[in-house]
Amino acid sequence: MIGIVNYGAGNIFSLTAALERLALNYGMVNTEADLATYSHIIIPGVGHAGAAMEKLKHTGLIPAIKALNKPVLGICVGMQLITEHSEEGDAPLLDIVPLKTRKFDKLLNIKIPHMGWNAVNHKNNSLFEGVEENAQFYFVHSYFIEYNPTFDIASANYGLKFSAAVQKDNFYGVQFHPEKSGKAGEQILKNFSNLS
Amino acid sequence: MLSKRIIPCLDVKDGRTVKGVNFVDLRDAGDPVELAAQYAEQGADELVFLDITATHERRKTMIEMVKSVARQLNIPFTIGGGITEIADAEALLNAGADKISINSAAVRNPQLIEELAKAFGVQFVVLAVDTKHIDGKNMVHLNGGRLITELETEVWIKQAENLGAGEILLTSMDHDGTKAGFDCGLLGSVNQMINIPIIASGGAGSMDHFTEVFQKANVDAALAASVFHYGEILIPDLKRELKRNKIPVRI
Repeated sequence: MIGIVNYGAGNIFSLTAALERLALNYGMVNTEADLATYSHIIIPGVGHAGAAMEKLKHTGLIPAIKALNKPVLGICVGMQLITEHSEEGDAPLLDIVPLKTRKFDKLLNIKIPHMGWNAVNHKNNSLFEGVEENAQFYFVHSYFIEYNPTFDIASANYGLKFSAAVQKDNFYGVQFHPEKSGKAGEQILKNFSNLS
Repeated sequence: MLSKRIIPCLDVKDGRTVKGVNFVDLRDAGDPVELAAQYAEQGADELVFLDITATHERRKTMIEMVKSVARQLNIPFTIGGGITEIADAEALLNAGADKISINSAAVRNPQLIEELAKAFGVQFVVLAVDTKHIDGKNMVHLNGGRLITELETEVWIKQAENLGAGEILLTSMDHDGTKAGFDCGLLGSVNQMINIPIIASGGAGSMDHFTEVFQKANVDAALAASVFHYGEILIPDLKRELKRNKIPVRI
C-alpha cells in the first residue's frame, strides 16, 4: 500500500484520483509511525521548492524519510526535494541524490515554465517497464534537475538535456506528472507500486 | 522536444456541457465527465472547461463537476469563468483543476494575477484575453466581445506576464465563429513579445488552419470548440496531419 507524504505542498487530488483509477490502495503519511505502515512512499509537490522544503521540515519527518529503505517516489517538486539544493529560494534540500536543481535559462530561447507534453528518453529501468521509448509525459516546471549519467534513468530535452527521472538506491524521482500523463503516466505509477 | 498542444474547449452550464456535441457513441452528450474522457481517449492534450452558469449556485455545482472530471481524466485541464478571488481558485485547485483561467476579473483588478501567482504558482494562472481589431488597434474586450475596454491587447498581455500570468489564451473575436482560420498575424506578434506559452483561439475551421497557426505564429497550443464537438475534425486525424507537416505532436 502506498503512503503519500501529507505536508501541504500543493494539491494531491489528482494523484489520489489516479491511484484510485488504477485500483492502487493508498493512505496519508502524517507521522513517523505512518511511514512504517506503508510499503511504498510518494512525496508529491507543486509550487516553490524552498517553500515545500520548509513545510516538509515542519512535519519533523525528514530524518525518517532519509532513513527509508522501501521504494520512495518524488513527483515534480517532490523529485527536486530529494536533490541536494535548489536555485529556487537558494534552498538546501534533502540531499539524498547528490544533484542540483537549477532554473531554466530563457537565454536558451525557451519559454518558461516548461509546460506541456515532452518526449522522454528512458534507460532500461523497472520504473519505465512497458513504457515506449520516447513516450511523452506532461511537465509543468520552471526548475530542472541537471542531467547526470549516474543517477539519471530518463532524460528530456528542452533547451538543454535535463533529468526527467532519477534513481539512487530505493529513491526515485520523476519531474513530470505521471497522474496527468495519460496511459504512459499510469504505467509509471503501476510500475512504482510493483517495485520491491 | 515539447509538443504543440491541441485543446478542445467545453462550455459548461449548471454542471452540464452545452452546445451540440454529436459524438456518435456518447451516451450522454451533456455529461462533461464522459465527454472529457472521450476527448482524452482521442488524444486531446489538455481540456478547457468554460463555466457560463449565471446563478449564485454556480460555484458549488462547478466544484462537484471539477472533482468528477479530475477523478476520471488522466490529462490536465483548465477551468475558466466566474473566478474573481483567491478563494474561488483555491477551491478549484483542491478539486483537482490543473489551471484556472481568468479574464474580466483580471481586467478589473490586475493585482489578482499577482496574488494568484504568488499563492499557487505562475503555472496555475492562465490569462484569457478576448481581442477585437478597432480603428487599427487591437483592443481587449469583455463579455464575449460585447464590451470594449480601454486596454490595448499587446500592452495588457505584457503587463499580465509581468504580474505573473503563466500562460495566455488569446481569442480573436474577429475570427471566432468564422471558421476562416486563426488570427496568425496577431498571435505571431504577441508570441514574439512574451516568454510564456500562448494558446491560439478563434477561427479554427479546418486541419490546415491548425497547421498554419503552428507554422506561422509558432504558438504553443491551439484551442477550438465546435469543429471538435461536431466531429468535423477528429483529433487523431488532426495529429497525424500535423505530424505529416513536421509539427511536433503527441500521438
